[in-house]
Amino acid sequence: MTQSVVVQVGQCGNQVGCRFWDLALREHAHVNKRGLYDEALSSFFRNVDLRKSDGGDCCVGGRIQHLKARAVLIDMEEGVVNGILQGPLREVFDSTQLLTDVSGSGNNWAVGHLTYGSAYREAIVNKLRKAAEHCDCLQCFFLIHSMGGGTGSGLGTRVLSLLEEEFPDVCRIVTAMYPSAEDDVITSPYNSVLAMRELTEHADCVLPVENQSLVDIVNKISVMSHGAKPGSVLRKDSTVTSGQGSLSPTEKPFDAMNNIVANLLLNITSSARFEGSLNMDLNEIAMNLVPFPRLHYLVPSLTPLYTLADVNIPTRRLDQMFSDAFSKDHQLIRADPKRSLYLACALMVRGNVQVSDLRRNIERLRPSLPFVSWNQEGWKTGLCSVPPVGHSHSLLALANNTCVKPTFMELRDRFTKLYRKKAHLHHYLDVDGMEQSIFSESLSSLSELIDEYHQLDATKARLIPDAPRLSIAR
Amino acid sequence: MSVVTVQLGQCGNQVGQQLFDVISSDAQDGQRKTYSSVSWERFFRQTSQGDFEARAVLVDMEPKVINHSMNRAAKSGRWRYAEASHFSQKQGSGNNWANGYRVLGPRHRDAVEELVRREVEHCDALAGFIPMMSVAGGTGSGVGTFVTQCLRDVYPSSFVLNHLTWPYGTGEVIVQNYNSVLTLAHLYQLSDALLVHENDAVHRICSQQLNLKQISFGDINRVIAHQLAGVLQPALTPDSCGAYSGNPLGELVSALACHPEYKLLSACSIPQMASASIAFSTFSWPALLKHLRQMLIANTKMEEGIDWQVRPPPASASRTSSLTAGGFNASLANLLILRGKDVYSAETGGFEDPAIYTSWLPPAEALSLWKSPVPFDKYEKSATLVSNSQALLRPLDDMVRKAWNMFASRAYIHQYVKFGISEEDFLDSFTSLEQVISSYAQLQC
Repeated sequence: MTQSVVVQVGQCGNQVGCRFWDLALREHAHVNKRGLYDEALSSFFRNVDLRKSDGGDCCVGGRIQHLKARAVLIDMEEGVVNGILQGPLREVFDSTQLLTDVSGSGNNWAVGHLTYGSAYREAIVNKLRKAAEHCDCLQCFFLIHSMGGGTGSGLGTRVLSLLEEEFPDVCRIVTAMYPSAEDDVITSPYNSVLAMRELTEHADCVLPVENQSLVDIVNKISVMSHGAKPGSVLRKDSTVTSGQGSLSPTEKPFDAMNNIVANLLLNITSSARFEGSLNMDLNEIAMNLVPFPRLHYLVPSLTPLYTLADVNIPTRRLDQMFSDAFSKDHQLIRADPKRSLYLACALMVRGNVQVSDLRRNIERLRPSLPFVSWNQEGWKTGLCSVPPVGHSHSLLALANNTCVKPTFMELRDRFTKLYRKKAHLHHYLDVDGMEQSIFSESLSSLSELIDEYHQLDATKARLIPDAPRLSIAR
Repeated sequence: MSVVTVQLGQCGNQVGQQLFDVISSDAQDGQRKTYSSVSWERFFRQTSQGDFEARAVLVDMEPKVINHSMNRAAKSGRWRYAEASHFSQKQGSGNNWANGYRVLGPRHRDAVEELVRREVEHCDALAGFIPMMSVAGGTGSGVGTFVTQCLRDVYPSSFVLNHLTWPYGTGEVIVQNYNSVLTLAHLYQLSDALLVHENDAVHRICSQQLNLKQISFGDINRVIAHQLAGVLQPALTPDSCGAYSGNPLGELVSALACHPEYKLLSACSIPQMASASIAFSTFSWPALLKHLRQMLIANTKMEEGIDWQVRPPPASASRTSSLTAGGFNASLANLLILRGKDVYSAETGGFEDPAIYTSWLPPAEALSLWKSPVPFDKYEKSATLVSNSQALLRPLDDMVRKAWNMFASRAYIHQYVKFGISEEDFLDSFTSLEQVISSYAQLQC
């Protein structure tokens, strides 16, 4: 069994990370009835016996003594991390996993990436190495950060390139929170574009998440719970709707939105942690969903968001789950995949779902989804038998689709609006090591990326004939 | 003589466990002592406490499936896997053939060879090896190909029959066609014969023949295991003088794989029904054999919905070399295995009809007939047909076409290059398979 390490950077990254650990503990508590430290738990947690003089880790198979998260928490101001350390999750982290400073990055990518990046390089590498050493077989780093701020965006992407340098063989999956157009940080377009270039060059996979989509989903859930049809009941203990049953009794403002992202991470790793009839490991995600190295932006969509309280869910509801995954309402970024081109698509199913259900739904949905000509049946499927807490089954769809192109184009527009006027540029250029060329290079990296998507898009309308086959002399 | 199976990857380990289940249950039920003891000896060895352990080596790059299979075996109460007969790592091959073949296979070569060697030493006489794997993933296909190569190197005079599971056409793994092309091209050089089951065909058997509403991989694997056991369980060959065939692999390969360009074998069996219905059905050999013959020439794997219109083209008609003209499936060679009551009176003339065979071999050579008077897997009468025919031509052609289209755009190639498989390697594999396709398409000429 493999282990993964979560690296959460900045305010947003740490808040999402915090929800993730909460839900992960709850999920394992639900599944692990005997209190034994098993392989599934070891993928995200260490088992530490504090009485041992070397502070040593315990092996798989013994009783749970003290669980510590395989995580590194980084923030350049103390508020969020201190909040975590005073909250119910304080036992799960120890001080060697944290890196904080006091003054923050001032929403400035250059400060995060260059100033703090250089100052804390040693310390960061040491903490990452320590986390990696505790792992028997490290498969993946999950990096969580926002794109619009200074620390998450700047220092987070610096950490990403450090991960590539120090651990080139370990997969890097980044969950990046993209700002909405109405973001209150004026320089968020700068930060986002500067960070995008890093993601394109150094990440194996990126799961972009837009705040606006999360807001829409949360609103939809509360509409459903308040205006519910008679006879339908919102599952109270569902991990998606609330943190109920988890450690923190009060819900903070972004909690509901962060819950959704936390669920995304739980579901992506479910097949690596639990058994199933068709396993899907994390390294298989990059292998199957990334046809060309730079096009690694995967649109996530998650269902169900709620379940009805029926016990034996008839097949029709199961099929509804598949349809929902391909509807715009369940996506975590605002885009229209059905109007664009699918390069590849992965379906990770959890719960009591059989291969025939999977096949039936793929056949049903396939005609309405435009796939690129050379990948007409480009589906990667995984079946994990353990369902998430509070549901009987769930589906996570990851689509490599050209519909991210409009999102990136919008980002580029917001960037150029500011850049043309050189607004706020001096804040960046004043930082030691920052040059104007970095701006222009990041912009052209983004433009090239958009171009690559565009060229694939252009093949959509054309009918591409089969490539002429090799002919054999007879 | 004994057979050592090597179960590779998730599919290989799941199907393998079901295979041993079917064989052990059939051996236990077997009404003749010689049949049972040959069957046990062929696939199992007995420990000093009298438990039966499978002659199997389990290989996977991650541990979950092997653990699951070993637990399920132990629960059967009839047999189990030996404690030390498995090899696993912590992290899978990532669906990457190149990773399996160039990196993980060589890295773990010694450990796997050691396990195989120990298993072989337990055999009084070794019939050969059956590596079991899927072609779509990374371990079964990549590591499996490498392990087959090792078997060839270390045991050059033993038979190697690979059992392959082909994935659903509509995708289980996006790079499945690349992995399949690379695997098949390499195995063609290494293996004596390739016995193939396609998930699509078996799925249809489950849904239309067995009327299962919800089909799981367990159901699919059970059907595959039943058909494979029907081939491998003891049977009397014409010249074995009343003793069960010594080397089933050798007999099968010499019956069917007579030419190095023609190694693709497919199986079909009759009857196939839900186990609950068996007790209420009666079977007659004429009906069973008539249906089986039509299943062969119409290239369908089940009795439901047979197309009786398909006939061998008349001898005078010019034979075109299009892929299966008119839906007729030409055979190069067939192996018909009859099991159960009244086998000696079964009339098999339909399978000796020269019209269903290509013209190179006289029908008497093209058809091999094995019989066993012992009922198999609870069926009073049952027949299994293993054929070297055009049955796999269309699926193979589809696989190559899709892989070629993807290759034309160079999608995913960087993932393979990263582990040491170049574009040249791909081109070589494509060339080999086009050759195979061309050979099979010409079977009607």
